[in-house]
Amino acid sequence: MRDTPLSNCERLFLLKAIEEKKRLDGRQTYDYRNIKITFGTDYGCCSVELGKTRVFCQVSGELVPPKDSRPTEGIMFFNLELSPMASPAFEPNRQSELLVTLNRQLERCLRNSKCIDTESLCVVSGEKVWQIRVDVHVLNHDGNLMDAASIAAISALSHFRRPDVAIQGRDVTVFSPEERDPIPLSIYHMPICVSFAFFLQGSYLLVDPCEREERVKDGLLVIAMNKHREICSIQSSGGIMLLKDQVLRCSKIASVKVSEITELINKALENDRKIRYDVPLKQNRVCVCVCVCADEVMVISDSEEEEVFILHEEAQ
Amino acid sequence: MTLMSATKGLCARTMMELDQSYSVLREYGSEQSLLSKPDGSSTFVQGDTSILAGVYGPAEVKVSKEIYDRATVEVLIQPKMGLPGVRERAREQCVRETCEAALLLTLHPRSSVTVILQVIHDDGSLLSCCLNAACMALMDAGLPMSHLFCSVTCAISKEGQIIIDPTARQEKECPALLTFAIDSAECNVLMSSTTGSFSVQELQQCIAISQKASEQIFQFYRDSVKRRYSKIK
Repeated sequence: MRDTPLSNCERLFLLKAIEEKKRLDGRQTYDYRNIKITFGTDYGCCSVELGKTRVFCQVSGELVPPKDSRPTEGIMFFNLELSPMASPAFEPNRQSELLVTLNRQLERCLRNSKCIDTESLCVVSGEKVWQIRVDVHVLNHDGNLMDAASIAAISALSHFRRPDVAIQGRDVTVFSPEERDPIPLSIYHMPICVSFAFFLQGSYLLVDPCEREERVKDGLLVIAMNKHREICSIQSSGGIMLLKDQVLRCSKIASVKVSEITELINKALENDRKIRYDVPLKQNRVCVCVCVCADEVMVISDSEEEEVFILHEEAQ
Repeated sequence: MTLMSATKGLCARTMMELDQSYSVLREYGSEQSLLSKPDGSSTFVQGDTSILAGVYGPAEVKVSKEIYDRATVEVLIQPKMGLPGVRERAREQCVRETCEAALLLTLHPRSSVTVILQVIHDDGSLLSCCLNAACMALMDAGLPMSHLFCSVTCAISKEGQIIIDPTARQEKECPALLTFAIDSAECNVLMSSTTGSFSVQELQQCIAISQKASEQIFQFYRDSVKRRYSKIK
């Protein structure tokens, strides 16, 4: 399937509007669209909506032998997929330039910035380490996939809990979530990407471009930053030449946006924690089921202490 | 917790002996038109199992895949973790054959209808949830169909009783698992996918229970469409 191409009059209209500092959806130059972060039932399952762009991320872990060059470190594996659902232009199993760019940027943002402590993922040095796999699925493409993907990935990593392990010599016992509470990953900081689109030879810039704006852009600047104002990665593409103070101005804007987004993520994590810890309170209540089977009446409770009450049938 | 589910099973068997019409589906829900790019989209939730479906169609088709007198149906199932494998291909075939039976493909020759399904959470009855989500997405896209379809999964436990819409834990414990796709016009079986061994009587019982349960789901389809279009005036 092919995506509908952009017509010349649409292109001219968008560029004219940008010259007059107007955007299609009425936002200001530095405004982000509405961000909505929701977590799923599993630990490590996160869905992010950036306006109409929708991204879904799942983090999973398994025990594997480590790399020979780094026997005491865990492994992080990132995989971003452009689902054919997101846009008619995306075809399954097709290595497009966009896919490679997004994957590489996500890796640089999360792996090279060392935001996850990989040493803590080691179980038995040289033999067993945790491999944390981050799968990001793009579900709807309305521009700015990079930001949405980085928010989804870091939220899912913060949300993820790996199973508890016990080591006795060389024997490793992995406890199920029912036996022992799973442990969160140790995350030093939360790097988040902020995208700046440049138009008309770098004279105008827009934060968080939507899909139409992305089609007419000249170049893209992606800055990955954390709330401590540390830049984790910068990538400039499109061949436009930027002045030094342009880049510095962008980094200042990025630091403001990143602190807002980090607060949003923390609030969402806090809400999810509250919802999860309310549930065990309900489970402590004794749930009694009365089962009538043939001649006897059995009462079986759902509480941890297995008390079985035996009722006697009254003579009729 | 295992004690609890065993108790439910016991209750079920006694209830079945007392009352033949025992069919309890988990809580289900759906939402349509949530994605802006696809022509039709929907989510379908059964208990904890959740699937997101997107439909593109009728659209351009590759010359190698085109059929001269009807539309080509393509189904893609994307698992939550890892790359799609053989299991997904098998499920895709089941969904594709059901969609081909329901859609009026001859109205759009040399076109393609693509159904993409994303697994959001798998807690049992995955194939059923995929089919239900696909049907709601096809409705949302406005593609012409001769009838709607829905799907129900039955599991036959070791003791021999039939559990409808099983959870992942129940599916693991049961030796036989049957999934049926049922059409809305005459309640016929469009597709069946089974694993494990079971007797002919058990198969017929499962089909009967699935047809009974499908009435609830079809009523849900009607209600949700009615609610949706009554808002647009």
